[in-house]
Amino acid sequence: MIIDEYKKPQTIEEAYSILTTKKNSQIIGGGAYLRLSKKHISSAIDLSNLKLDFISETDDYIEIGAMTTLRELEINEITKKYFNGIISNSIRNIVGVQLRNIATTGGAISGKFGFSDLITALSVLDCKVILYKAGAVKLVDFINQKYNDIVEKIIIRKNNQIADFQAIRNTKTDYAILNVAVSKHTNNSYKIAVGARPGIAIFAVKAEGFLKTVDSSKENAEKAGLIASQEIKFTSNFRASAEYRQELCKVLVSRAICNINK
Amino acid sequence: MKIKLKINNQDKIIDIRPDEMLLEVLRKNGCLSVKHGCDTGSCGACTVLLDEKPILSCSYLAAKAEGHSIITVEGAQKKVEQISKYLVDEGGVQCGFCIPGLVLTVMSMEKELNNPSEEEITHYLSGNLCRCTGYSSHTRAIKKYLEEKK
Repeated sequence: MIIDEYKKPQTIEEAYSILTTKKNSQIIGGGAYLRLSKKHISSAIDLSNLKLDFISETDDYIEIGAMTTLRELEINEITKKYFNGIISNSIRNIVGVQLRNIATTGGAISGKFGFSDLITALSVLDCKVILYKAGAVKLVDFINQKYNDIVEKIIIRKNNQIADFQAIRNTKTDYAILNVAVSKHTNNSYKIAVGARPGIAIFAVKAEGFLKTVDSSKENAEKAGLIASQEIKFTSNFRASAEYRQELCKVLVSRAICNINK
Repeated sequence: MKIKLKINNQDKIIDIRPDEMLLEVLRKNGCLSVKHGCDTGSCGACTVLLDEKPILSCSYLAAKAEGHSIITVEGAQKKVEQISKYLVDEGGVQCGFCIPGLVLTVMSMEKELNNPSEEEITHYLSGNLCRCTGYSSHTRAIKKYLEEKK
């Protein structure tokens, strides 16, 4: 990785101006994964001066600033309090405290890493990404489209969803072989996201549809796990084979649904 | 580019490259306790305290640290000796490469967690890998240290 110049703008306007006028410039977030990249960055833009490290709540939303570290997300009382603590739980095994003190929420989302635990967890919540120019964008749209913009914060609607996160790792601090998040709304509809396939999280739509039509028994949770494992595409990499991930998917989806319905 | 850093309570102005990692800058400036381990952000050997919080210096741009306070083992001798004594007594030091990072993480844990359980200790220290000891001796030593300093 090569960086030609390092910029710490004082305003978001200034940051946006650098981002959009200088070719190959990049917002660096916490910069935790930069070392592993082979990029040549003309201007590395550090948002540390923009007061984007906060976690707060309004009557309707939880708001998380883009520069909030994963460690803050993990230990904050607000993130632990809502959705059965899914945000905090999804993060707590990402490498170690030291990395979580560096990596930021904005960076974790903008990186769109396939192994991301946070994206999988947020996918099953009513989450929007607030961009400086484009404004509010649904997380799923943000993940699937390219934006030359700055993430200011994410907002999550406080809608009484119950949620659960499951992941399997080769070792405690490795990235997940597979991760699963499930949420249940008050109208009994489910959202099921499966990530680290090793691709980024996608929804198990057929399994969600199945759960709408049945009761919340353990048997139906297992059936939903089977459906999810058959509808989602898995591939192999150095962490696990596609076949192993498919087997894990059955168990993790089923386990998450059972936890929600306890 | 020039940056201001407070390293072990001493103000310094240091000339760095924009893409230089904090690990390299600290070692060039005499902090050889900061170990160059995996270089991928996995092992914790390069841990330093930035504003009292443990970070991986191999994965932190030096430019980003401007204006912050950094503590390495060189700047915390007394505390390091206290914790190390327990590690030595319990057989928790073999090759010793992980010890500087581990001790700094323990120092941070002490401030952050009040009376931590064994599960909380091992979780907090899970980012400090040790290829020699198997961790049991570390855990025993740190539990004893926390218990006896009460």
